[in-house]
Amino acid sequence: MTRVPLLSVENLTVQFRGDRGWVTAIEDVSFEIGAGENLGIVGESGSGKSVSALSILRLHGRANTRYASGAIRFGGRDLLSMSERELRKVRGGDIAMIFQDPMSSLNPVLTVAEQIIEPLQLHQGLSAAAARRRAIELLEMVRIADAGRRIDEYPHRLSGGMRQRVMIAIAIACQPKLLIADEPTTALDVTIQGQILELLRDLQREIGMSVVLITHDLGVIAEFAQRVLVMYAGRVIEQAPVAALFDRPMHPYTDGLIDAVPKLEGDLHRLTTIPGNIPDLATVIPGCRFNPRCREAKDACRRDPPALLPVGPDHLSRCPPRAAAGGAV
Amino acid sequence: MLRIVVIRLIQAIPVLLLIAVMAFILMHLIPGDPAVVIAGADAGPAAVERIRHELGLDRPILEQLLNWLVNLGTGDFGRSLVLNQTVLSAVGERLPVTMSLAMLSLAITLPIGVFLGILAAYFRGSWIDAAVMTLALVGVSVPAFWIGILSVILFSVTLGWFPSAGYAPLLADGPGAWLSSLIQPAFILSLFQIGFLARMTRSGMLDVLDQDFIRTARAKGVSEWRTVGRHAFRNALVGVVTVAGIILSLLIGGSVVIEQVFALPGIGRLVVQAILARDYPLIQGTMLLFGFAFVVINICVDLIYLWVDPRVRYD
Repeated sequence: MTRVPLLSVENLTVQFRGDRGWVTAIEDVSFEIGAGENLGIVGESGSGKSVSALSILRLHGRANTRYASGAIRFGGRDLLSMSERELRKVRGGDIAMIFQDPMSSLNPVLTVAEQIIEPLQLHQGLSAAAARRRAIELLEMVRIADAGRRIDEYPHRLSGGMRQRVMIAIAIACQPKLLIADEPTTALDVTIQGQILELLRDLQREIGMSVVLITHDLGVIAEFAQRVLVMYAGRVIEQAPVAALFDRPMHPYTDGLIDAVPKLEGDLHRLTTIPGNIPDLATVIPGCRFNPRCREAKDACRRDPPALLPVGPDHLSRCPPRAAAGGAV
Repeated sequence: MLRIVVIRLIQAIPVLLLIAVMAFILMHLIPGDPAVVIAGADAGPAAVERIRHELGLDRPILEQLLNWLVNLGTGDFGRSLVLNQTVLSAVGERLPVTMSLAMLSLAITLPIGVFLGILAAYFRGSWIDAAVMTLALVGVSVPAFWIGILSVILFSVTLGWFPSAGYAPLLADGPGAWLSSLIQPAFILSLFQIGFLARMTRSGMLDVLDQDFIRTARAKGVSEWRTVGRHAFRNALVGVVTVAGIILSLLIGGSVVIEQVFALPGIGRLVVQAILARDYPLIQGTMLLFGFAFVVINICVDLIYLWVDPRVRYD
């Protein structure tokens, strides 16, 4: 990879303070994202995908979080070692974020206008009147009809899809270089999901921003991402261009995830699942963290933690390529 | 808005009627006889009986109640049995003292209590939180009369900064004397209220600070100060307003102990004197006043809700 990445996360380890001391939520996570690129991060609940996303802007509670090691480089600077003051200029400016639940992510006692205008005044120093004009433009950009009237509404008067559009309008207000979308469609109806993804893609083209999309939905990934990061139990276990990932998944976990997507052909009555649950953060599993749930686990898997190694062009996996014969299940 | 006020006032009428009846029944259930108090220790049974007849206390209870209610309907609260004045003028004389004390105390309580509560919530689990909560606990638990007496010894006797007792009316003696006669009792009253308000503000803020929209504010690059002050506190304000209403109600109910310690001629002392003398009309009148004050404060709190929380506004 010779391109200069817009953002690169290097060997990031994040720990949270629990009742019994510090537990590691994500370990040795590395990825990069180029300008204008779409990166998908996929995994089950508890896989560390949201932790990774929130860590980029250091949005975890300060008192109970430790960025134990690693660096997050953005525009030649390390976001992890920045002062709060410097970081605030990046947040909502060059890097913006939208969240899973649009119902609770907007402040219920402030109008839409107040919430969109805030970053415009903070980062671009617009006057109140100019910021308001720009806010209406933004609402039009995210295709909210009757923006001039809607802008003075309070969030509880808007539907879930509209609120997520408002969240997106807030996020793109200062034309960020990178948008981090943490499960932006999970809380929405399927039809709305499609519209929101389409909107994100259109805005991305207009603004020329990169998008990190976090989801547990492989369908969303297939539709949206160019490159995919698969996470399991706090680690990246596979990374590949989207086509390669779906055609030649290298890790048995990725395999399982793809198998678990409901299909419209074949046996319609049985959903394939991956047996077992994702381990608790505090549980220590020797060897590969997936081995207790893996159909193909061997002795070595229970002993040695596997490294993330290249298995193809731009394709990394923590599971070595399986023999051609016994490989693809 | 006007419609809401009118509706709430109409709704308050049965409540006030109930308070009136309850106050009447309760007072007449307590053993004791105002006629005996008025006649004095040496009076014979005939004298007591004569006074009882003059006061109308020998008539059936129900008749007394109905008479009183009918008079209330015409705005006549009756005459005090012991003081040589009407109930309205007795209460009216003392109300400014209690209101001054209540307002001053509230003015001290609100900023300090809210500030400490926010501070404790923001630094939850730290020594700041522990210090504020300990202070709040002390404020709530230490008896006011004790602090009052200690305060008088220090600030009035030793330092001579404030008068130890008495009330200087605002209009007659000017704001300086008025303030210095009230600042000590008001501050001591506030100690308890500050503890109460700080605790309630803290718990309200803790709820809000965990909400997703706080993370959204941070993700926009909003400063911590603004996140807490604008995004979080605006949401915790509903709880604060509720508590402020309760505090004001308590304060208007009269601060019996503090008024006693500082010899302030307020409602609290009036009520105690009236109860000791079984001064029925006066007790009933002040009970009604309290009831009315609660109703008015609640209406004010509801109106402030409308302003604070847009979700209430639209329902």
